Amino acid sequence: MLYTMMQQIIQVEGLRKEFGSLTAVNNLSFSVAQGDVYGFLGQNGAGKSTTIRMLLTLIAPTSGKIELFGMPLSSRRKEILRNVGAVIEKPDVYKYLSAYENLKLFARLSGVRVQHGQLMDQLEMVGLAQRAHDKVGTFSQGMKQRLGIGIALVHNPQLIVLDEPTNGLDPQGIADIRNLILRLSREMHKTVLVSSHLLSEIEQIATKVLIIDKGKKIVEGTASTLFDPAKTVVEVQALDNEEAFRLLQESTWAGALQQNRKGVLLQLDRQLIPQLHKDLVAMNIALVSLQPRHSLEDYFLRVTTGNQHVDAWQDENIVSGDTQIN
Amino acid sequence: MFTLFQTELYKIFRRPRTYIAFAAITALITIVQLGLKMDGKEYAAFVMADLNNTFQIDGKIINGYFVCYVVLQLLLVHVPLLIALIAADMISGEANMGTLRLLLTKPVGRTEFILAKFLAATVYTLLLLVWVAVLALFVSMWLFGTDDMFLLKNSYAVQIERVDIFWRYAGAFGFAALAMTTVAALGFFLSQFAENSIGPIVATMSVIIVCTILSTMSIPLFNKIKPYLFTTHMVAWKEFFDVKVNDSNETIRGTIQNPDKLIRSSLVLFFHIVAFVGASVYVFKKKDVLS
Repeated sequence: MLYTMMQQIIQVEGLRKEFGSLTAVNNLSFSVAQGDVYGFLGQNGAGKSTTIRMLLTLIAPTSGKIELFGMPLSSRRKEILRNVGAVIEKPDVYKYLSAYENLKLFARLSGVRVQHGQLMDQLEMVGLAQRAHDKVGTFSQGMKQRLGIGIALVHNPQLIVLDEPTNGLDPQGIADIRNLILRLSREMHKTVLVSSHLLSEIEQIATKVLIIDKGKKIVEGTASTLFDPAKTVVEVQALDNEEAFRLLQESTWAGALQQNRKGVLLQLDRQLIPQLHKDLVAMNIALVSLQPRHSLEDYFLRVTTGNQHVDAWQDENIVSGDTQIN
Repeated sequence: MFTLFQTELYKIFRRPRTYIAFAAITALITIVQLGLKMDGKEYAAFVMADLNNTFQIDGKIINGYFVCYVVLQLLLVHVPLLIALIAADMISGEANMGTLRLLLTKPVGRTEFILAKFLAATVYTLLLLVWVAVLALFVSMWLFGTDDMFLLKNSYAVQIERVDIFWRYAGAFGFAALAMTTVAALGFFLSQFAENSIGPIVATMSVIIVCTILSTMSIPLFNKIKPYLFTTHMVAWKEFFDVKVNDSNETIRGTIQNPDKLIRSSLVLFFHIVAFVGASVYVFKKKDVLS
């Protein structure tokens, strides 16, 4: 497949979707480069699934432009979808067919004739070879999810789109999916767009992250920038927060200091937390708790939830070369 | 398109629900055949009571051809429900299962998708009718033998010679296929507006019931719309058994009393199929898949 010299797999410009008076996606623009694991973050109802469905032609945009592999989606849909594999929300397949039969059926619809051995290899990859000929109706949610991913991969697509792939999975299932995504990216060099409402999930796998809320882009940047350990926020709770704040202001920690209603906040490198703890004890501050929080997590919660239950540090630096806040 | 069509057929015939209709038809026809086998003579005597005073009727009144006619009269009213079970589930069932969104992320055109699904529903409809034909006609011929067919109409009786019957059944089943495909097209069209099967199945039957009532009521207001209702034309298969007579009131072999009516009914049904399928394509192409 030919695509542009920048090897942008997905390019979205000014995407908008209205359902009656509701604007589900509002002037959204982003791009995904080849080989990225692109984390698409937002609370439930933020517009992630609507955007993903527009990328897969399940929903028609009200306005805006979508290009995949350098081709306009509206006019070259079939050609594009031959190179895309997707799992959208629940991985629903035909319960009255076996895993093998489902895989074979969707392989044919994807335009490829896959041999028995290849189908079994695919099932092996997603850990379902032993249950290949069992009806899907007997499968657990995790097994269905893995079969869904198997179906998404069966025609060897370049782009994998996974919408909330860990929904309803137990911790082991979540870890399996995470490892599979990493394998797809690192070993098979696939481009993966994965959506989630859980930052912790995206943090572990994404190379680039987009956060949306109410259909609008909030922040987009490389994971290395957004998840920079130097931007850890530590919340200090003391018996007397005002006194703690005064003492810290007179110390070498003054530059990292911020105060809010509930306690004292410091922005610092994660590695400096033990030293901070020592200094707090040395200053005889009656410490109640010392809680490191990821700066982006605070930010994510603050910007994507109506109630500001965390008074977070706002990082002006987050607007940098690779990163933008809208 | 052919691959889509094949996969749709594969899915239809792998679903247990598909065979409910075949089982129901087998049970219904067997019951009628059993009843006529056991008490056929009494039934014939009752039906022919008035005519026996006027005519001398020889031969087997209850023969395979006659039984098939009885079965068709009874059954073709109920077959639409069995057709709706599958046709009205074609899109809504996929939406309900969640497979519609997965299917449409594959490199298949929406028009192709709809047409392949409709063709598969049509094949199911035709196979159901073939099954009716096998049981109602061929099994009845085997069980009851063959003879001339004697039919009572509203104000007259028709005798069709044994050698002149088979092609009429071929035509009647062909017409029934067109009528049932119209039902399938209606169910298929309604299937797009719901995310569960029950709604479209009930809606399809409701439309058929309402239109049938309108078709049969002799009220001047409804008379104007009757010619345009597909239900008015669905029973036109019986025209194949209305035979022209000569001046001596003898039936003329190989003729139909009112072929124009048959052609008109076929065209009306065909138009309905095209309209329902065309509307299905139009709606589906614009549909946002939110299931």
